[in-house]
Parts: sequence; structure tokens; C-alpha cells
Amino acid sequence: MGRDTIVLAAYFVSSILFILGVKSLTHPDTARRGMQMAALGMIVAIVGTLFLHEIVTFRWIIIGLIVGSIVGYPLGMWVPMTAMPERIAISHTLGSLAAALVGIAEYYNAYQLVGGTGVGRPMMAALGLEVLFGAMTVTGSFMACGKLQGFVTEKSVTYPFQNESNIGMFAIAVLMFLYLIVAPGAQLVFYAMATLATLLGVLMVLPIGGADMPVLLSLFNAYTGLAAAATGFALNNYVLIITGALDGASGFILSVAMSKGMNRSFTNVLFGAFGSGTTAAGAVGSAEGLAVKPITVEDAAMQLAYARTVIIVPGYGMAVAQCQHQVRELSDLIERRGGEVKFAIHPVAGRMPGHMNVLLAEVDIPYARLYGMEDINPDFNQADVALVIGANDVVNPAARDEPGSPIYGMPILNVEEARSVIVLKRSMNKGFAGIENELFYRDKTFMLFGDAKDSLGKLISEMKNV
Amino acid sequence: MNTVIWFAQLYIAVLAGFVGYQMIARVPPLLHTPLMAATNAIDAITVVGAMVLAGRGHGWLATVLGTIAVASAMSNVVGGFLITDRMLAMFRPDSGGTAAPKTVAATNGRGAH
Repeated sequence: MGRDTIVLAAYFVSSILFILGVKSLTHPDTARRGMQMAALGMIVAIVGTLFLHEIVTFRWIIIGLIVGSIVGYPLGMWVPMTAMPERIAISHTLGSLAAALVGIAEYYNAYQLVGGTGVGRPMMAALGLEVLFGAMTVTGSFMACGKLQGFVTEKSVTYPFQNESNIGMFAIAVLMFLYLIVAPGAQLVFYAMATLATLLGVLMVLPIGGADMPVLLSLFNAYTGLAAAATGFALNNYVLIITGALDGASGFILSVAMSKGMNRSFTNVLFGAFGSGTTAAGAVGSAEGLAVKPITVEDAAMQLAYARTVIIVPGYGMAVAQCQHQVRELSDLIERRGGEVKFAIHPVAGRMPGHMNVLLAEVDIPYARLYGMEDINPDFNQADVALVIGANDVVNPAARDEPGSPIYGMPILNVEEARSVIVLKRSMNKGFAGIENELFYRDKTFMLFGDAKDSLGKLISEMKNV
Repeated sequence: MNTVIWFAQLYIAVLAGFVGYQMIARVPPLLHTPLMAATNAIDAITVVGAMVLAGRGHGWLATVLGTIAVASAMSNVVGGFLITDRMLAMFRPDSGGTAAPKTVAATNGRGAH
């Protein structure tokens, strides 16, 4: 009795610390301290659990904790900021793996100990959800990591009747889940459902192209949360329910924000119709026969040096080229010559929500200069130069002007309103949506071709001479 | 397990979801990446469920699965909180002038040290 009270009190304290930690994230000045409190909450919960009377041996717990810490440390300290999307994807895999394994083992235990009647219906509902979402996220998020890291092709892999078969398999998994609630003792159905969910994770992610990663990562964030909350229901553990709900809410909010940023409906996102627009994309774009205007490094540096206001628009290309340090150096040089530099961050720039902000914060750019789309769009018409670094679809005017375009309706940054636009681009390859970008052919647009890091390096040395 | 407990769980889930939605909707896009890392780290609280499984002594299979679950959840605890902290330490407010020395700017947002 006494020991279990300690455990319950520990969970209560950590629940409060977790909620405060998440609340602190509403402002960058309070966020760090708040999350340190949340980490304290985690320690309280883990230490508290050791007092549970159910625990008879500590050996395996200690081994697990040590192995986990050894794996976790490099994942926390060594991963570069540019690799954050992959890092988050792999942590979704690990988190949902834990949930799925707990679910499977709990079911197995209940079945072994008391037979088919050992699992009650509400318990079965919780375990079923836990395993369904958990198993799907384990492989799905691993695939997402593979696509981001490059060991799985980043392109959307499609085959005939893909959506139909995926939705069909998902429906079968849901039916199995419902059947289990009616007949919790159907062992085979339970394991078949777990296997099917594991397979579905892979199949679901195959058709998803690189540009849709922000939505996918947010979605898996929500799934991991759901799996954790379901674990809480199954184990009757309130701290699990609360954190699962928090995580689920965050994943849901981010998914909605990302789908808004791409002008996709939430159902479109949920049911894997992802990359489907891209097949039709090739034909769109009226840029045929037009020519782009390349610009020399000298001229670009001249424009930047005499600009009063420069708005820098970073995209995934900045993360790929890992040139955030050069971006910072260039912006310092512009400011030293009296110009003002602002950064325009599109909600879906990069491969995950907020990635660009982290990269720019990494190089010590104060967050007050990082502007969201709505805040910066009215400022473009007063800017002398808009400098686009590795962004494409988020600055494509077709989203506004061409009803036939697959990205039509997607909110974009108004770069073409700036007095002049300089685009740093590797080549004339199309963006990830595979769509021609008319911005590149506009009169006031100048293209600076080459690797972003190289180009910025040359711009920097040229700026020093101007 | 009785119905009262199940309803208590539902109440908690709904209330926590509501509180979470209200709070997280106010997290600025600036911090969306740290938010995802943070919720991931907190979510690794499943480690406590895994610990019970690994330490309860209900047969070797449950123990093995439990131990793997403890390890994978724990790697999210350690890695998740560390990387969240690393990211949040980088966000600093504007130090005013553009020519502000870097050292001043660096200490500004890092009061926790």
C-alpha cells in the first residue's frame, strides 16, 4: 500500500511537470527551462516505478535502461541539426516499438495466465488500438527515415490499385480489431492484425514523396501519441494517458497546420492520396520556350550590398547543402553595410515543421528575425532583394495564378513582389512537386546556379570586396 | 477492471486532450520542430509500462519483449530530452544592434547555464 502510494504520487508529479513543460513551449524564452522540468518529471516517473510491488526482478530493467541510454545519447547529442527530420522519424519508430511490444506482451500474458477469457473487452480495445497504431508507426516511420536518409528512394513509388489495396488492407485491419473486441480470445486474429499493421506501415509510406514528409512526420507524431494513450488505458496508468493525449494533440495540430500549408485536406492526408497529384504534374507549367536570366556572382553581390532590405527565403536546399553558416555570414555582411535582413519561413519549408527555424537558430540568428508566412508576406513589396536559397514550390506563383496546377491554392511567399529576386539553385530541375516554376522566368528574377554552399561562399568573398 | 475505472480513464484522456490542444495550438511555428522532439521525449513515458513488463517475471517471452521495450523507450527519453534541450538552447532573442558582439548575444538566451 505504502509503496504503491509512492508510485502514484510520482506519476502525479510527473504528469504536472509534463503539462507545464509542453505549456512552456508557447514561448522560446520559457521553453528550455520548462522542458528541463519535464525531464525531471521523467526521472521522477522512472524512479517511482521502481517502487512498484509488481516488480520482482530489476536485472532486465537495469539492462534495458542502460542499453537505451547508450543508444539515446548519440541520438541526442551527435545528430546534426540538418538531419533533424530523420532523427525525429527514428524516434517515432523507437517510441511506437515500445508501445507495440508492451501491447503484444500484455495480450500474450493475459492469454497465457487466464486463457481466452483473461482479456476483457475494454482492455482488448485498448490493446488493439495500441498494437494497431504502434505496429503501423514502427515500420512506417522507419520507411520515412529511409526516404529522408536516402536508403529508400525518396520518390513516390506507385503501382496499380495502390490506394485501393492500401485502404482495403486498412479496412481488414480495422475489422480484425472490431472482431477482437467481440471475441478477445481470438489469438490468431490478434497476431494477424499486428502483422498486417506492420506491413501497412511500409505500404502506406511507399507512395509518399519527399515534399510530403512534413505531413507524414506530424501524422506519425499523432499515431505514437495514440499508441501511448492506448497503453495507458490498458495498464490503467494515468500519466501514460495524459502524455499520450498531449502527443496526440500535438501531432494532430501539426498535421492540420502542414496540410493547410500545402492546401491539402486532412482526409486526403490521412488516406494516403499523397503524391497522387504529381503524376499529372509534368504537363502543367507554361514556361515552355522562355529563358531564365543567369546572374554573375559579382552582380548578385552588388545587388545585395546596396539593398536596404533583403528577405532571405530558405528551403530544404539549405538543409541539404548544409549552408546555414554561410547564410548567417552573408546576412552579417549585408547588415554591416546598413541593410536590413529578414528571414521568411514557409510552414512547409524543409522536410518537417519548423526545421528552417532550428537551422537558422543554430547559427545564432535571433528568432525575432525569423518571420512566418503571414507576417512576412506584406513586407515583400518593400524589399529590394528576395534571396531564395533552395526553396522552390513554396515560392511558385502557379499556386496562385494557375487553377490547373497541382499546387494551386497552396499559400505561398510573395517573393515576386520584391524589387528583384535572386534564386540560388543547383540546376533547372523541377521542385519536388515536379512542377515548372514560373518565378524563375520573370523579368526581375536572376538565377545564380551552382551548389548553394559554393555560391554563398563566392557571394561572401565578393561582398567583402564591394 | 470495472466500468468506473474505464470512465475515469476516458475523462482523463478527454480532458488532457483538450488541455493539450489548447496549449499546443499556441505554440508558435518557430518552435514546431522542438515541439515534435519534446512530445516524443515525453511520450517515451511508455518506459514505465515496459519496466513493469520486464521486471514482473511473467515468463521469458514477456521479459524479453519488455526489456527491448525498455531499451527503445529509454533511448527516446535520453535522446529526446537531450536533443530538445540542444535545440531550445539555440533560440535567442534579438540582442538589439546588428553589430552586437557575439559573446553577449550568446549568453543572452542561455540563462540556464
